[in-house]
Amino acid sequence: MSKAIVLYLHVHQPYRIRHYTVFDTAVQHDYFDAAFEDQESNERILKKVAEKSYIPTNQRLLQLLQDNPKFKLSLSITGTVLEQLERWSPRALQSFQELCATGRVEIVAETYHHSLAFFYSRAEFEMQVDMHRKKVQELFGQTPQVFRNTELCYNNDVAYWADKAGYKGVLAEGWDPILDWRSPNFVYRPAYTNNIRLLMKNYKLSDDIAFRFGDQNWSEWPLTADKFAGWLADDQEATNFNLFMDYETFGEHQWEESGIFGFLSHLPGEWLKNEHHTFMTVSEVIDNNEPVDSIDVPDTITWADTERDLSAWLGNALQTSSIQALYDLQEDIIRTGDFSLIEDWRRLQTSDHFYYMCTKYFNDGDIHAYFSPYKTPYEAYINFMNAYHDLKFRLSEKGVAV
Amino acid sequence: MKVLMLGWELPPHNSGGLGIACYQLCKALSKKDLDIEFVVPYRADHGIDFMEITAAHPQGVAEVIRSGIAYDSYKYILEDGTEEHLDIYAQAQLYEQAVAKLVEETEFDIVHAHDWLTFRAALRAKEAKGCPIILHVHSVESDRAGGRGNPLVHEIEDIAMHAADKIIAVSEHTRQVIHREYHIPLSKIEVVHNSIEPDDLVPLDSNNSYRYLEELKSQGYRVVVNIGRLTVQKGLPNLLHAAKEVVKQNPKTMFLIVGSGEQYYELLSLSAELGIGKNVLFTDFQRGKKWRDAYAIADLFVMPSVSEPFGLTPLEAIGYGTPTLVTHQSGVSEILTNCLKVDFWDIKEMANQITAVVQNDALRDTLHENSYGEYQRMSWANASHKVENLYKEHLAVAV
Repeated sequence: MSKAIVLYLHVHQPYRIRHYTVFDTAVQHDYFDAAFEDQESNERILKKVAEKSYIPTNQRLLQLLQDNPKFKLSLSITGTVLEQLERWSPRALQSFQELCATGRVEIVAETYHHSLAFFYSRAEFEMQVDMHRKKVQELFGQTPQVFRNTELCYNNDVAYWADKAGYKGVLAEGWDPILDWRSPNFVYRPAYTNNIRLLMKNYKLSDDIAFRFGDQNWSEWPLTADKFAGWLADDQEATNFNLFMDYETFGEHQWEESGIFGFLSHLPGEWLKNEHHTFMTVSEVIDNNEPVDSIDVPDTITWADTERDLSAWLGNALQTSSIQALYDLQEDIIRTGDFSLIEDWRRLQTSDHFYYMCTKYFNDGDIHAYFSPYKTPYEAYINFMNAYHDLKFRLSEKGVAV
Repeated sequence: MKVLMLGWELPPHNSGGLGIACYQLCKALSKKDLDIEFVVPYRADHGIDFMEITAAHPQGVAEVIRSGIAYDSYKYILEDGTEEHLDIYAQAQLYEQAVAKLVEETEFDIVHAHDWLTFRAALRAKEAKGCPIILHVHSVESDRAGGRGNPLVHEIEDIAMHAADKIIAVSEHTRQVIHREYHIPLSKIEVVHNSIEPDDLVPLDSNNSYRYLEELKSQGYRVVVNIGRLTVQKGLPNLLHAAKEVVKQNPKTMFLIVGSGEQYYELLSLSAELGIGKNVLFTDFQRGKKWRDAYAIADLFVMPSVSEPFGLTPLEAIGYGTPTLVTHQSGVSEILTNCLKVDFWDIKEMANQITAVVQNDALRDTLHENSYGEYQRMSWANASHKVENLYKEHLAVAV
């Protein structure tokens, strides 16, 4: 019986809204076009992340694929980051294509705009999943088989939908209250479904790499590839270790100086020293293992914060009222058939905008602040609402009463 | 340990934030193992029992009648029944002479003086007793005057701060101003932020004094309030320019300006010239219920100060249920996280943020809810710990 590491990396960049004031509303519609030197410049950030993370990481991943025939991984890449790569870093995009060309990199399905549409409009949600599939087919020549919802949002409905849509698997957080006594290191079956399988993130092992790797106060620091591989080897029962994390862990969240690239380069070699050890993509692990149990998730879980719920995106009135206002425009926006108007509306659906409005940890200036281009959640909200009012203005110009 | 505290005013006989800050600081300090004798330049009943209050009267003066406004002239009634009006400089000089006399008969270990009006008196005490003096800067001349200010006051501040053993600044903002304008080394200046005691807030009653505004609010209007002296440092012309832009975006916005000062008529004219006379209400100086109700009626409190050493009003506004917008050029912006912040000169951004709040109750309510959490955790205890430690440090050096 072989044991597999299931490495899955999530690649995403939103279209951040520039400092967009009430005096821009109804005058300029360039919400996403900050000046290059500004905090919110998508071009500047994309180019920086490409240099620091995408290009050097892909170079190492490609090398690993060439050196280790058993090394495999899965990626999810949102439509919004693919567009930005096409526009501002074709070189980084090409490096992703080279990975996929090895045939050992699987792309995971999701919404094109990294949105929370599943919870607001099923029609819009399906449209975005469809857009994403077409984009992946066009750029990578493959059709995703396994689905992940934005921010790993998951509940029984998500599984039911993905099952009906024909996916063979779906991804979720391996959160203790859900798993109870069970281990995330197996394949499961979502409750109320028959065909689809559930892969749950081993967040302890994943966070050792994604969050704790560079922390010199951590008792396990420094984490080496052989130590980490040893922990996995010690688990006699497990069939699969689901290491799910943001791609930007490599070179962006964990800087090159932390030694993260060295860790990545050595992990496959260390792990594969044992002939029973292997790597699998998300589809493969599902194809090769029977589910050990069914998992019931009536309430939505995500992979964020200690609460593992939607409160980072929909936890305060700023967030819930602005997202509701945006989805209330759906019918009018779609009916215009105006591609640029519809696309701007979709870009505003990206979950990051609501994350920037999160106030729950604002006092501590923690991780939410680090990932936000705005000084405060209130500024994020003001920019967003001014852009929202501009969408309404554009609708009214087309004779739609709003 | 005995502290000779030199101040200019205490509530209820105060004209502004200085008296409140002195009162709260002393109240918190009185819980520690030290005695405070607080010297003010007038005789009055303060109803304060946690420290000794002494009136520093020059010989021959029977009574001092204060006007309501700080830095105004006072009426001095002499023992022979004659009256004399003295301007602020003459008063400070009298205070200095009276304190010089007082220190001869008083035992104390350290002098703690608040703002320039008492600084010369502090120097006289140091001269006479050789004790350490700590100068507490609630504002400097350029904050009050808008430019370099009165050269005489500037000189008093300059000399006293150089001679002081330690300077307390009410914010990092003020610390930097002191360093920039008086070339005092930063190491000599300690920041002790002012605070607020939520339990001391006088509660609102059930009906608000601003009936008309309540009526307008029920028709969908939103109210933006400023409370403060109408003087250069408060930056009100910028608020009115921003108001013009806000009203253009959202005509159902009212601005309530509570206070008096030398800019009163200028601001009235400006609002008319800007064509927003119908949207700006001036109420003059208010105390008590009408003052509290002004905070409460607001959907947003704006403090547009050009230079605000600390700025207590936003914290009071939060206590009375209103979120705030403050300038980066204020001390309070250093300790308050959940508020909107702009640069005082950025009229466009000020208008942008005010518009966002008046058009959106969710923003207003979330801002307030989160700022109220911060407000409830505030207290003067932290400031009094820092001050006590400074006393100890300097007494150790002196011994």
